[in-house]
Amino acid sequence: MLTFMASDSEEEVCDERTSLMSAESPTPRSCQDSRQALEDRENAAQWRGQDGEENHEEEADRYVCSGVPGRLPGLEEELTLKYGAKHVIMLFVPVTLCMVVVVATIKSVRFYTEKNGQLIYTPFTEDTPSVGQRLLNSVLNTLIMISVIVVMTIFLVVLYKYRCYKFIHGWLIMSSLMLLFLFTYIYLGEVLKTYNVAMDYPTLLLTVWNFGAVGMVCIHWKGPLVLQQAYLIMISALMALVFIKYLPEWSAWVILGAISVYDLVAVLCPKGPLRMLVETAQERNEPIFPALIYSSAMVWTVGMAKLDPSSQGALQLPYDPEMEDSYDSFGEPSYPEVFEPPLPGYPGEELEEEEERGVKLGLGDFIFYSVLVGKAAATGSGDWNTTLACFVAILIGLCLTLLLLAVFKKALPALPISITFGLIFYFSTDNLVRPFMDTLASHQLYI
Amino acid sequence: MTAAVFFGCTFIAFGPALALYIFTIATEPLRVIFLIVGAFFWLLSLLLSSLVWFMTRTITDNKDGPVQKYLLMFGVLVSVLIQEMFRFAYYKILKKANEGLKSINPDETAPSMRLLAYVSGLGFGIMSGVFSFVNTLSDSLGPGTVGIRGDSPQFFLNSAFMTLVIILLHIFWGIVFFDGCEKKKWYTLLVVLLTHVLVSALTFVSPHYGISLVAAYVVMVPMGIWAFFVAGGSCRSLRLCLLCQDKDFLLSSQHSR
Repeated sequence: MLTFMASDSEEEVCDERTSLMSAESPTPRSCQDSRQALEDRENAAQWRGQDGEENHEEEADRYVCSGVPGRLPGLEEELTLKYGAKHVIMLFVPVTLCMVVVVATIKSVRFYTEKNGQLIYTPFTEDTPSVGQRLLNSVLNTLIMISVIVVMTIFLVVLYKYRCYKFIHGWLIMSSLMLLFLFTYIYLGEVLKTYNVAMDYPTLLLTVWNFGAVGMVCIHWKGPLVLQQAYLIMISALMALVFIKYLPEWSAWVILGAISVYDLVAVLCPKGPLRMLVETAQERNEPIFPALIYSSAMVWTVGMAKLDPSSQGALQLPYDPEMEDSYDSFGEPSYPEVFEPPLPGYPGEELEEEEERGVKLGLGDFIFYSVLVGKAAATGSGDWNTTLACFVAILIGLCLTLLLLAVFKKALPALPISITFGLIFYFSTDNLVRPFMDTLASHQLYI
Repeated sequence: MTAAVFFGCTFIAFGPALALYIFTIATEPLRVIFLIVGAFFWLLSLLLSSLVWFMTRTITDNKDGPVQKYLLMFGVLVSVLIQEMFRFAYYKILKKANEGLKSINPDETAPSMRLLAYVSGLGFGIMSGVFSFVNTLSDSLGPGTVGIRGDSPQFFLNSAFMTLVIILLHIFWGIVFFDGCEKKKWYTLLVVLLTHVLVSALTFVSPHYGISLVAAYVVMVPMGIWAFFVAGGSCRSLRLCLLCQDKDFLLSSQHSR
């Protein structure tokens, strides 16, 4: 899910604020003096499920979400569009980086394209003699995977409803531990093997320990924004690589399609578990765990009237309980919600500076985009055109989703449009454009 | 083939485009978006032309021989036509988007049509260049001997220069095309289409790369000059710029410091 806030702050102010930014900080509302907060975005993360044995984490799906208080429509629109392009680029960069990491790994490290078994979520094999059987198996695999995801999501909602916060926290921490230590260790091992570089165990231990420990701190506690973003991109890439390796061919494509449909349904239908989660969080006025959301925001401190803002330390803000909802639902696909306008802050406090907000995108979106592009790179018979076409298609989908967000001003899923474009372009480029370009290239013709 | 060939050819083909991107586009988010949308439009045009070619090939039942060669030529010409059609479509969409942006944001300066012409040309060019050349580049990293069967050993260099000229030509065509559309000078569109067809048709004479390459550059120079004058340049401004006497430019660069 994408979240977005408007900002009027100037460039220079940005510099002071880049130091420590708590990962758990709630997203500040954009409170303008004269207008009320323009946008209220929501993050809904979706837990895709976690398997104790395999310990892999399926990250949240994030959806483009915007709730708008609904006043001063002209001004709001203007503000949305004014900041639209910058926010689009703030998302293009991390999505591109994640895809570049995944594609670079796929093209160089052979481990991730070798078939070495399947996940237990996709038990049916695709090594069948007939096409019909293979298709049936992939559909069955998809059904199992999606039902696991739905069950996990509902489980999460139930946990949240019955206030089992410790369990949820523990679950989150376990998954990040797994990703940051085990998967990094495997990844590092494979990369070293590919380039035939030797590394002794003490060095390895030191490297992996430092990487993992700093990652845990940055993601779950406080850390510099850039480092936190880098870690989130890396864990998304690692997760995507796991999916690319262990999902069989046809199942992967059907799963991608099914996830987008599920996303769309879950966001736009009123009875989704996600919605219940967010509503519960709203009732309780509680924040939620932001560990699974990529944030490009810089949160300013909003100071009291006479105080020097820089003395405030980390982020505070007119604590807007509704804003906390952004972090509430994690585990559900997007949430179509329009929030009420947030309160402008404590009564005597003046907002000295307006807040720079960025955009927030869920890690699930990163993962599935990278899975699509990575699969295109892995299976496209060494063809770069397919990979590039999927990449452009996904970026355009993201752009369109953000445009729709600006138009509809409510929660929208970030997966469907991009994945649909990506799938269309993958299949058409692989089957139509590739023979054409190959024939042209072999005759050295240029169009 | 060596890393030197790989990096050399990459920078020959994509160096100018990368420099243009970094210095003119990367700083403004709206321009980046328009660039990517332009690339997307080129991709759509390629998809459509591949579909046409594929259908003609299935109709003729994939027989080998001269039929395939003629089908390919037909495919190339149709592709050029479709590319120009999509350029026109992009122009129309940009016009609508510009009007939309202006009506919503009257204070903020929306990008001018000339700028969008340049950005769209660059988008088309980058995508076209990348699609033509990237597979060849990735092959150049692997083992092999170029020209072992009597082909030209300058294959990679030729392809790199050809890609470069195509990218530059797309930029110039974009500028000239949009200007023609704005001023309703339809003959401009025809000229762009004909030069595009000419450049593509010249590549049919491969493997004699020299001819097609030189001819493409010969077409590029007048096109570049035309685009320069269309975009508002003049001999005077060029002289001022080259002699570093352009006061406006110097002043504006002072301000940004």
